[in-house]
Amino acid sequence: MSEVKSRPKWGRLAVVPEAAAHLVCAEGVGLDAVAEAFGDHDAAQAAATVLLAGPTTAAQAGLTGTRVLSHPSRATAFTAFHAHLDRAKMGTAIYLAGSESFLNAASAIAEAHGVVREALQGEHRGARTRRVQCVHCKGIMEAVAVSPIVCSHCGVHLMVRDHYSRRLGAFMGVVVDAEAPGVLPQALRL
Amino acid sequence: MFLDLERPTDAFFRTETFRDDYSFANSEAAIRRFPFPFDRDAYMYAVNIEQHMPGPAKSATEFPIDIDEHYVAEMIDREKVLAEDPLRCQSLPHMITAEWDLLELLMTAMARDYPAWFSLTCDGDRWHWINRPLGLDQRFTFGDTATLPFGPMEYITRQCQGDFCLLDQRQDNLWMDAGLVTTQADWSLDFDLGMNFIEWHGPVPLAHEMGVFERALKFLLNLQLGRPIRRLNWTMTVNPRLDTSPENYHRWGIDRTTVTPENVGDKVHLRVELQALWRLPRSNAIVFSIRCYLIKMREVVSVPKWARRLHRVLRDLPEELADYKGLTNYRATTVDWLSRHDDGAPTSPGFTPD
Amino acid sequence: MRALQYTVRVSEAEAVTPRVRRLRLVAADGTALPPVSAGAHTVVSIDTGERVIRNAYSLTAPSLSGGAYEIAVLRTPESRGGSAFIHERLREGDSLTLSAPANFFPVNRRARHHVLVAGGIGITPIAAMAEEIFRLGASFELHYAVRSAHDGAFCRELAARFGGRLHLYCGERQERLQVQAVLPNQPLGTHLYVCGPERMIEAVLADARAAGWPNANLHAERFVAPAGGEPFSLFLRRSQRSVTVGADESVLEAIERIGVEAPHLCRGGACGECITAVSHADGTLDHRDHFLSAAERDAGEHVMICVSRLKGRELVLDL
Ligand code: HEM
Ligand code: FES
Repeated sequence: MSEVKSRPKWGRLAVVPEAAAHLVCAEGVGLDAVAEAFGDHDAAQAAATVLLAGPTTAAQAGLTGTRVLSHPSRATAFTAFHAHLDRAKMGTAIYLAGSESFLNAASAIAEAHGVVREALQGEHRGARTRRVQCVHCKGIMEAVAVSPIVCSHCGVHLMVRDHYSRRLGAFMGVVVDAEAPGVLPQALRL
Repeated sequence: MFLDLERPTDAFFRTETFRDDYSFANSEAAIRRFPFPFDRDAYMYAVNIEQHMPGPAKSATEFPIDIDEHYVAEMIDREKVLAEDPLRCQSLPHMITAEWDLLELLMTAMARDYPAWFSLTCDGDRWHWINRPLGLDQRFTFGDTATLPFGPMEYITRQCQGDFCLLDQRQDNLWMDAGLVTTQADWSLDFDLGMNFIEWHGPVPLAHEMGVFERALKFLLNLQLGRPIRRLNWTMTVNPRLDTSPENYHRWGIDRTTVTPENVGDKVHLRVELQALWRLPRSNAIVFSIRCYLIKMREVVSVPKWARRLHRVLRDLPEELADYKGLTNYRATTVDWLSRHDDGAPTSPGFTPD
Repeated sequence: MRALQYTVRVSEAEAVTPRVRRLRLVAADGTALPPVSAGAHTVVSIDTGERVIRNAYSLTAPSLSGGAYEIAVLRTPESRGGSAFIHERLREGDSLTLSAPANFFPVNRRARHHVLVAGGIGITPIAAMAEEIFRLGASFELHYAVRSAHDGAFCRELAARFGGRLHLYCGERQERLQVQAVLPNQPLGTHLYVCGPERMIEAVLADARAAGWPNANLHAERFVAPAGGEPFSLFLRRSQRSVTVGADESVLEAIERIGVEAPHLCRGGACGECITAVSHADGTLDHRDHFLSAAERDAGEHVMICVSRLKGRELVLDL
């Protein structure tokens, strides 16, 4: 199987030296990636805001020069992310770090705010679970680890296709047994 | 409801369905003008783009927008799809100028080429559109959305055969930012909305590696005003169902298991898409039209050259393409049936019957 | 693929400043010219009597609604004679040939805010953009640098139309456009467009990059060389025919003109159908297609005759 053309390629976070401000949204162990990238950059730390989904971790020790705002859940971190994006100026570099499903959802938010792809960096840390949209009922499942899987909204058995929408921040889930009802391939980890 | 289904209409337009009892069929004349997509006995992806020039009289390319005997029935089917699932028609806010461009392109072409059915009179931006087959008479102000019952794209594409996508051009790419799509070969506008050319073609096998999409994109970025182009694409469909959407695949997928040696001729259809692209003037966007034509195997084999050729193409089609097009479950049965109509004689080059 | 051509008549010619002449162009056959998107240009063919000069000009704001087109032509001393001809010899009522408009400098319609920057005659596409954005009801600001108030061909009109959104910088009055001052407080999702002298464009782009703006948010007018080029001789080895490929036609068109059939499909350098073996080239091949790989281009054994040309004397093809 060749690579998925529509799937974003995540790399390693690297501080953008010319950026006037840095806005970071991270989840859980994603903070490790942020600490590694910003660790040696005092000036960047001073100009950075880190929105963290979940409790702070030991990695925060490497970010003493930065405001790390911890939010109790992914949803509340995203509410803050929306608000910060609304107020952000050109010249702000945007960074994301966390599980694949976190990157899926967070990048869709940045995209909706007009952040172009070259201005957005992401680093994958932690779970390989993906966000998946059921193409039949349009329900979103936040953290899917295996395929096929039962749609938590409509109950159809879905195969997670290698097709990804940045607008929705989700992979496509399509019925797996339409041409052979009840015959399900063995579930495999994504 | 938008259309008055009880109204008597021109006898030229067939009364038929693309669902439930599937009464769709082609007349003799429609078979003769069918845009058969193979000019040789084998098929592989290529940048098969040519200029959208007027073809021979009565052919599917005689006019830039082809209205045929299935027009009224197709528009009724489209209305049903939209009533059940409004997400089949979407437009991001920045596409409104392109929507008006599209309305102008379609109304102008339809009124010019089919004056008996459609008429358009413009007095500055005060326009008057008449669609006789569908019984519509609409006065509106060009540029003022509030004067139409739908957005301009939806208004006109509910009255024009074929699916339509509007592509915004920016950052050296094309972005699928609007469309009305109800007769698709298993892809989802709702899912692909907002994607770029390379992304929405993501699932297609082999073609990326062959450089097909990279070259096609460069070509399209330079598409010129007044120089539309076209290409043909094809797949197969069991039962003459127009709306083979991924959204409803859990309902229609099972049809692919119902093909038997006895019913191939009536059940299996060749599905051809005549795709045309125009640059739009005010928005610099591109419109991509996907006009779907269906033909039963029994109708195909009434043209001996097509029978021989389709048999050979289908028999030798690379596995990846057959899988991608969803033919796996009924390809063998169909090839068997077609082989009875292929005497092995050589075929002449080109699309047209001998 | 050769652009669609319109024959137009100069319906009005007016000196807006001593150095800028504005032309209003209407279709010679009385039909309405199609509307255009802001940032579009047209290639004007100017027949000076001795030769045909083809220059690209941005279409100004009044062209947006269609009907007629307007261009503004700066008299440049270093021009190949096109602007001199338009200034000195072109009269109202004269005919010109235009290519259908193309747009390599479009407005990004998803932008949250637009910063428009123009210097001198660079105002022509920028003013059209301001007009388009204004009509769409979107947010923008316009920065316009001129040498003297006298030179700013469009200053008064722009001020009347856009009021406080216009920021004028007049060199004569020691006012300098400092783009660094404009950049810092723009909301995320802003796009910047610049047109003017090369040095100004480079400086604005460099400042914006240094302030952390992504390239995708920066736009500058880029005029590509119009299709066509210098004429050259063509010899078809197999059919033993020769023909001159004119400045305005492709190799394929020249071949078709003398009645030789050559395979083709897209006529735009993409499909690969027209690939032709080169027997000999006295000059350098000017590859303009999207089909051949870099290695194939370097090898020089094949050429896509629908778009590519020769820079030189004679091309011999295996046809
Ligand atoms: C710019 C307008 C175009 C649009 C909106 C468009 C859209 C699409 C879509 C949505 C698919 C289905 C992908 C899926 O499985 O989800 C597709 C398939 C495909 N497209 Fe395009 N396309 C366009 C232009 C082109 C062009 C110019 C080419 C020329 C090479 C091309 C070649 C193909 C091919 C080869 C397939 C696979 C079809 C099959 O095997 O059934 N497309 N296209
Ligand atoms: S005709 Fe298509 S590349 Fe020349």
